[in-house]
Parts: sequence; C-alpha cells; structure tokens
Amino acid sequence: MTDGPLFPPEPSGGPIGANPSFFDLVRRSRPETLPSTPGTSDVAAPHGTTVVALKFDSGVVFGGDRRATEGFSIADETMEKVFAADDFSVIAIAGAAGQAIEIVKLFQLELEHYEKITGDRLSLEGKANRLAQMIRGNLPMAIQGLVVVPLFGGFDERRDEGRIFYYDATGGRWEEDDFHATGSGGRPAKSSLKKRWRPGLDRTEALQVAMEALVDASQEDAATGGPDPARGIFPTVVVVTSTGAESVESDELRAAHQRVVGGGGDGA
Amino acid sequence: MPYVPPEQRIKDLSDFAHKGIARGKSVVGLEYQDGVLFIAENPSATLHKISEIYDRIAFAGVGKYSEFEDLRISGVRHADLRGYSYGRDDVRARDLANAYSQALSTIFTQQPKPYEVEILVGEVGEEAGRNEIYHVLFDGTVTDEHDHVAIGGHAEELANAVQAGFQPGWDLPTAVREAVKALSTAEGRQIEAEQVEAGVLDRTYPRRRKFRRLGEDEVATILAG
Repeated sequence: MTDGPLFPPEPSGGPIGANPSFFDLVRRSRPETLPSTPGTSDVAAPHGTTVVALKFDSGVVFGGDRRATEGFSIADETMEKVFAADDFSVIAIAGAAGQAIEIVKLFQLELEHYEKITGDRLSLEGKANRLAQMIRGNLPMAIQGLVVVPLFGGFDERRDEGRIFYYDATGGRWEEDDFHATGSGGRPAKSSLKKRWRPGLDRTEALQVAMEALVDASQEDAATGGPDPARGIFPTVVVVTSTGAESVESDELRAAHQRVVGGGGDGA
Repeated sequence: MPYVPPEQRIKDLSDFAHKGIARGKSVVGLEYQDGVLFIAENPSATLHKISEIYDRIAFAGVGKYSEFEDLRISGVRHADLRGYSYGRDDVRARDLANAYSQALSTIFTQQPKPYEVEILVGEVGEEAGRNEIYHVLFDGTVTDEHDHVAIGGHAEELANAVQAGFQPGWDLPTAVREAVKALSTAEGRQIEAEQVEAGVLDRTYPRRRKFRRLGEDEVATILAG
C-alpha cells in the first residue's frame, strides 16, 4: 500500500500539535477509500428507513427497523441501522444504506482515533459537532439524492444525563429534548412517540414506547419493516446509560413487542 | 566540511543517543498468562510511556518524551489507516515494527541528530505462546523478543533482575509484583504504587480493544496483596 511517509507526524494544520482527526487523515492520505460521489443520481442503492430516539430516566434509547428497500423491492429484512459509536454514544441512520454504513464506520474510527491520539474521549457535544462537519462534507451526495440523515446521542458524562441530537442533510444540527424520529416512516413514528412518551420513563417502558413507534411506522410506511416474531426479526435497539452503550437482546425485545401488540397477534 | 569517516560518525551518533536514553527511566515488557504486560516507573500519571496503538497492539517508549510521542502518534495513524483500508485483523505488530525500524533508520542517518528513544511494540496472540514483542532501537535495529525484555536507562540491570525470577505463565498480580520488584532492584530503591505505570494487552478482556491501563488503585491493591 502506498502510505505516505510515517514520520514526521502529519501536522495539525494549525501552528502546533498533532491533528487528532481520522477523517482528515484519510482525506489527505487515502482519499480514494472515502465514500465518493457517484456520477448519476439514479443509481439503485438500498435505502434504510425509520429510526427513533428517546430519553428515559437513566439515559437514551435508540431503535431502528430492519428493512432496506431498493425502489419497490425489499433489499434486506435484517439490516442494522443503529450502532454504538463508542462506549457512551450511539448513532442511528436512515438514508442511502451504503453511504450510511461508511459514514458510521468513519465516525466510529474518528472517535477511537481521537481517544488514542489525545488520551481523552471527546465530550458528547464535541462528538455531535464532529458528526455535523462530516455530514457537511458529504453534501454533494445529499444534493444528488443519496441523503444520509443520522440521529446521534448518548450519555453525557459531564452533565450526567442522556442527550439526543438530530441533523439534516446539510449538516444542520439540533438538540432534541425528549424524542425524535427520522426516515421515511419518521412522521408516524413521531406521532406515536408524541402520544406515548412522558418524562421519567423507566427502561422497560422506554423500550415499549420505542417498539410501539416502530410498529406504527411499519403500518403507515411501506419502506419500514415491522417486527416479525415468527422469524425472530426485531428492531435493533441500543440503550446508553452511565454504564455504557448496550445492545438490547432479542428476548427483551420480544417481550416489549408482546406488550405492544397485547399478548398475541403478529404485530403487523 | 572536514572528512569524518562513517565509522566515527555512526559511533558518535550512537553514543549521543545512548547517553540520552541512559538519563531516562526504564520499561519492562513481559508475557504473562493472559497476554502482554508493559510496566514502567513514571512519576507522571498523565504523560504516558505505555499506550494503546490498536485492538491487540500496544506501545512503550523510553528516552525523550517528545520523540517517542511522535512515534506513538504516527503508529496510531499507521494502524488506523491500515485497518480502515483493509481489515482490522490486518493490522499487525510486525508490520508496525518494520515501519518504525525504517523510519528510525532514516532519521538516524539523515537527520542532524538521531532520536534518543527505544521502543517496544507488543501484540497479544489469540492463544498463549502466540504473543509478539518487538524491540526497536534509535538506529532502526529491530529484534524479536520472547518472555521478557527491558529497555531504557537501567536496561541491563533490569533485564538481569527480571531474568532472575522469571517464570512463564505468571498470573497478572504475580507479573506486576515481580516486575515492580525488578524495577526497584535495578533502580536501587523501593518503587511505590503511585509511581508505577502499567498497561496490559489481555486476551481475555471481553472487548475488541484488548489494551487496558492498570489504575493506581489496582496497582496498589496488587502490590499490597
């Protein structure tokens, strides 16, 4: 591989110090490995659909359905759209799946790289800002229709609370106080959250609220897949609290789904 | 410029680098039951000699801080870039040690002064006996070490002290106690828990990233036990 010279370390761009950004490093040394702008906008790329985020009494819950669509066909029924970004934060993506997964991978590396170079984890605020800048860097793709819109959140160790941020395709960043949903089924999911969410939910209730929002979205939006207990397909759900980010096991999701659909039925 | 024979020039540069390293503290690297332990005397709790490079790879440096810090940062970049371009399993200590060796050898011959550093690159294997520890000198000389290795100011005394008690398959507390004992012997004074910096690559650690620092409290508990 054609690495640039290893030494002396790449300058930060500023007068002193090493640049802790992995994104900048790749852009300089290996630009061909970054997600690139395709020549036309009508490429058939799989799209991921609905993701939701809400706060509860000890942190945040992020959930996403598992369907990816390609035009009118279903490309995948078991896609993951919610990822732990590091030990204390989580990112959920609706949009062009290929680009989305690359951006998640880059973002995870960005956080890990920063932590290793500086010896400190970024603050949650810092992570949220960095993500906005990375989405902005992706803007040409957004204009061509390959929109990637993430939800980001986690546990802010300095403030001792969970926080949620949402973005638009231009890299605009807003903080959300209670809950948010995005993607093609974002509207019905948000209506559902609006009715069910209240401050101080506990973990079990929060999982149920998230599940219900995703079930509602799947009933209104063709591109959102509902839970399928028969095949063991449940939304991907990640919970972040002061002890870290944790993926919720399917048994717990199955129970939450049972409570939503009322102890039976197929949920769809 | 007066003619200086290459033998003389290399000797002068080596002497200079050796002197710089001899003024500093030392680091011990050793293999224990669950992986690789790096341990050093370090009065600072924040300016580290021992650090994480990648999932299974750690770094230790002695000598001039700014110089081995340069090497550490470049190593993290090299590793992260390679892991991103290929796969996480393709980042290996041997490759990194070779890159360090090339870089240090270039610096030694081409820069006005050589780096006054010695470094260790350790990688924990999937199973015991598959660990790798590489020792890279200021002139790019690289050696493959087994069981244990000592670098820095009192490397020779330290290596002898570790050698005297070393047994393969120590558990972590034993390895830490023996390493601190060896450091104390080499320095000729007792080294306390708050002056110890320790990091392990632990293959049983249930995370992708196997590097873990031992906190001051943890070291104190081990040394008291």
